[in-house]
Amino acid sequence: MIEARIRKRFRQGRESAGFTLDVEFEAGPGVTVLFGASGAGKTLTLDCIAGFVKPDEGRILLDDVILFDAVSGVNLPPRERRCGYVFQNYALFPHMTLRENLTFAAGGWPRAERRRKVNEVLERFRLADIAGRMPHELSGGQKQRGSIARALVGGGASHSGGTRILLLDEPAQGLDAPLREEFYAVLRQVKAEFGTPALLVTHSLEECCALADYMHVVSAGRLARSGTPREVIEEPGSADVARLLGLYNLISGEVRALDPGRNRSRLKLGEFEVEARYLPGRLIGDRVTVYVRPAELRASPKDGRPGVNQAALVLRQVVDLAEGVRLEFESGIAVEMTRADYALSAAAREWLVEFPASSLRVL
Amino acid sequence: MPIDWFPLWLSLRVAVLATAAAVVLGLWLAWLLANRDFRGKEWLDAAVALPLVLPPTVLGYYLLVLLGRASPLGKLYETVVGQPLVFTWQAAVVAALFHALPLLVKSARAALESVDPVYQRAARTLGASEWRVFLRVTLPLTQRQVLAAAALAFARSLGDFGVTLMIAGNIPGRTQTISVAIYDAVMADNGAAARAMVLVVSVVALATLALANRLSGAAMR
Repeated sequence: MIEARIRKRFRQGRESAGFTLDVEFEAGPGVTVLFGASGAGKTLTLDCIAGFVKPDEGRILLDDVILFDAVSGVNLPPRERRCGYVFQNYALFPHMTLRENLTFAAGGWPRAERRRKVNEVLERFRLADIAGRMPHELSGGQKQRGSIARALVGGGASHSGGTRILLLDEPAQGLDAPLREEFYAVLRQVKAEFGTPALLVTHSLEECCALADYMHVVSAGRLARSGTPREVIEEPGSADVARLLGLYNLISGEVRALDPGRNRSRLKLGEFEVEARYLPGRLIGDRVTVYVRPAELRASPKDGRPGVNQAALVLRQVVDLAEGVRLEFESGIAVEMTRADYALSAAAREWLVEFPASSLRVL
Repeated sequence: MPIDWFPLWLSLRVAVLATAAAVVLGLWLAWLLANRDFRGKEWLDAAVALPLVLPPTVLGYYLLVLLGRASPLGKLYETVVGQPLVFTWQAAVVAALFHALPLLVKSARAALESVDPVYQRAARTLGASEWRVFLRVTLPLTQRQVLAAAALAFARSLGDFGVTLMIAGNIPGRTQTISVAIYDAVMADNGAAARAMVLVVSVVALATLALANRLSGAAMR
């Protein structure tokens, strides 16, 4: 379990904008994901935990061991932190065979124990047959399993207690779909068989949903939202997070009327007005951002004047999804529906889009 | 008059020893300059390159002052070894070492800095000490460039003239290296000996440089 409070400031340079990382979070057992756009500070956070970068302020605790504490001046070198780091390009030593890579990592164990551990891990990750190969002779998936295996074997004199946490930096970036699936399976295997917690950095929501027990959304050096992937997706909590997740229609609007008695409110969204639930704590005239999941909207070909909570919109393009299609309208609003529903009215250009009151979430 | 080949054998022995010493000392300096930040780093960097630009007589003079029989270092050497350092063939090793060091440090540093730091980071997270990282990861990854640098250092230590003359002198049969012997042969109007030795030195130097190029060329690929 990791408890981290990290503050690191980079002054504005001639070619770089200033940047401040200021995060505080915990990562318990299982897989914790740091999710965010590139440049948000995710990898920097990982590097602070591994000991490559020294924070200005804060404290990093891993299983009751202080890795870093600005106040008391503790700053363990990377080799004493027992963090298994899986790098983006795997960083298997190119001059060693796969087995030698693992044996190097297991250097802290007594000789007999080392052999046994290396063999066991090679076996578990289905690498025993190819252990004698050099990294450049391995496939992408084998390299990936190899580097996770190496990180788990944990070496060095001070590593004899084993690796305490896996740190993974965008490990599935640039992999094709089957390899990504394989990677998910390997990480689930790590969780089930080794019980080693993992902190994973990614900007892929798919990866996040496939693996995360818990996620922290990092945005511009800060934590914007934390929760299970389900909680975060259902309630992003801010327009910023909703935009990062990339799942929503985000519409800015204005509060026109509020009726607490009937649990109603009226919002003006661009050209049209819709009825939503009552908005506690808002005043008439407030600017708000409304986010709506594309699957919760209903669209039908225009056959008259728009009714309550309906807007007449012009279709711009149709995108095929794994399940169904997404209709993208000119105002930037997207609606998802099944292929069968769409097939009934595929030729239409003008549509009526209905915004059910329950689908409108206001930030 | 038969040609005395003693200077060639002495030069080869001096160059081998000087290269070995230069590799150890040079790798350490290169590692310091490539990996550590400390006060006075620019000055150390400049000092290492100094023998490239100083007249050999100046460098020789410094070494004479530093290692002469009256100096603390010279006295220490005399106590330990039982004979003074200056004007012995061992002094020629020191001369060749300082002559070759700048080249070795420069190319070794470039080689060390060319290693993707991700491998060193990986090794550290896997519990390796800095020493183990250097021996098992950095050095093997730069093996060929370091060997190329050593070959260059060898060629260069073979060719030292000025510094050797200043601190090892020109004692035929004892401290006379081949470059000094060639000078003597020319001065004594012994054209045959000069030509033979010039040819040998040129061939050895050319072969060493070709080897160095081959090593560093292969590393690039």
